[in-house]
Amino acid sequence: MQKHSIYKAFKPFFLLVTLAFLTSGSLLASQDSDVLAADSTEDATIESHEMHASDDSHDAPQAFNAGDMIMHHVTDAHDIHMFTLHENTPEEHHVTIPLPIILFSVDDGLSVFMSSAFHHGQAAKKRYILNHGHIYRLGENNPFAESEKLNATEALSMGYSEESLMGVFKGEPGAFFDISITKTTFGILLTVFIMFFVFISIAKSYKRSPNEAPKGMQSLMEPIILFVRDEIAKPSVGPRYEKFLPYLLTIFFFIWTANMLGLIPFIGGFNVTGNIAVTLVLALFTFAITNLSGNKYYWKHVLAPDIPVWLYPLMIPIEIMGVFIKPIVLCARLFANITAGHIIILAFMSLIFIFANQYGTGAGFGVSIVSLAFAIFMNIMEILVAFLQAYVFTLLSALYFGAAVEEHH
Amino acid sequence: MGLVTPGLGLIFWMTIAFLVVWIGLGKFAWPSILETIKEREESIKNALASAENARTEMAKLQSENEAILKQAREERDVILKEGKEIKEKMIADAKGQAQAEADKIVASARENIETEKTAAMAEIKNHVAALSIDIAEKILKNELSDAAKQKQLVDNLLGDIKLN
Repeated sequence: MQKHSIYKAFKPFFLLVTLAFLTSGSLLASQDSDVLAADSTEDATIESHEMHASDDSHDAPQAFNAGDMIMHHVTDAHDIHMFTLHENTPEEHHVTIPLPIILFSVDDGLSVFMSSAFHHGQAAKKRYILNHGHIYRLGENNPFAESEKLNATEALSMGYSEESLMGVFKGEPGAFFDISITKTTFGILLTVFIMFFVFISIAKSYKRSPNEAPKGMQSLMEPIILFVRDEIAKPSVGPRYEKFLPYLLTIFFFIWTANMLGLIPFIGGFNVTGNIAVTLVLALFTFAITNLSGNKYYWKHVLAPDIPVWLYPLMIPIEIMGVFIKPIVLCARLFANITAGHIIILAFMSLIFIFANQYGTGAGFGVSIVSLAFAIFMNIMEILVAFLQAYVFTLLSALYFGAAVEEHH
Repeated sequence: MGLVTPGLGLIFWMTIAFLVVWIGLGKFAWPSILETIKEREESIKNALASAENARTEMAKLQSENEAILKQAREERDVILKEGKEIKEKMIADAKGQAQAEADKIVASARENIETEKTAAMAEIKNHVAALSIDIAEKILKNELSDAAKQKQLVDNLLGDIKLN
């Protein structure tokens, strides 16, 4: 019963992982035939693209660059990169899942199209081009404005504009902003979907059988919900914890789910909580709730603490800075921990290729044993860190709320 | 998309997505989950408390029962003891009475025997007296059956009597 429910809850994951395996299997099988490979990758969902020899950055077989590879994996992207075929050859294929590009510009308003239109930076769409993960808008008279085959460096040298929110507000020509569904946005939406699916379904089972022992998914989540309530909210916030409990549960499970999502291999390597924009928004919510629910004692502690008046010039700036430093630290801690974990695993993997390039394939195989062992160890550590960082973020938020609503008698 | 420069679009989507999940779960999931857990905890707490109450009640009842049992046992002992005493007393009494009766019977028997004995003695005496007279008569008659003997007797008797 319990196994069945867990399977049901993670069905979307299984589907995605299976899909990834199946497509990779069929693609690898047809690897030696370019025609077949091109056919099977010209699928509706999976887009493959032939890299062109005209792009000078991919002209010659490139030496493995660990830094580039790692940065490519931990930063956001406009498509979900599954794998590359015929790497470092003229027939290089990037097999990716395209994502929607949503752009708003002063010149011609909203443009929505799939990221496959950019052909991995080889094509311009409505004067927009993708270069190293950034979208740029070419000038109106740029000859490459609708080009299907272009050299990004050459096109950009003829005038372009970058993403600028201020520019859009000021109405500057060429100014635009980018609210595309990127890989990380997709990860966020997936996290939200999983959370809704899991918690609405367990809420239903709680309503259906209120005085019975929890079953299936319910029994997996109930100890964690109780942990957040009894170990985080109650001791840290104090008697008024119930008001903050929904928020604390939401951030805990959001961070935990997103962290775990980032550890699942083969689904494109989401790095949701390792993205500073995501952690910034989470920290800003905590900041806003803390300061909006702060009572007079909280503000007295910040603006007029119980210390000799001559210390005020020193203490008040420190206290005010503290109000802002708290969320910044929250934001940085989560971002840095998750990104660092990913970087370490990727670095161990890179070692294999660095050794293989330097000392031959045999050395690569030799190093791979050690590298894999360490990478597996790190992955297991990351599962722990996924929970730990969710706990730390939630605990600190709860402590800040506790300080904001504490009553002094 | 640099590593440490937050993307504008991502901030936008994250804010919306987080608000949606916060409000959505805050409305449809957390209240019913937390309420049900709280209710269940209350009911478990109550059940435990009532079980504890029942246990103490039971213990009280048991100790009461024991006390009652003990009292009953004591009473039984007392009754048994009293019964024994009564029995012994009754036996003793009966024995005493029987002895007295027996004594009385023996005494009266003795008395009767004495009376009978006296009566018998008296009768024997009378018989002996009568017999003696008969014998004497018969002897006399025998002795005095001829005239010589009567003359001798008179002589003897006269000889005994000294005429002084």
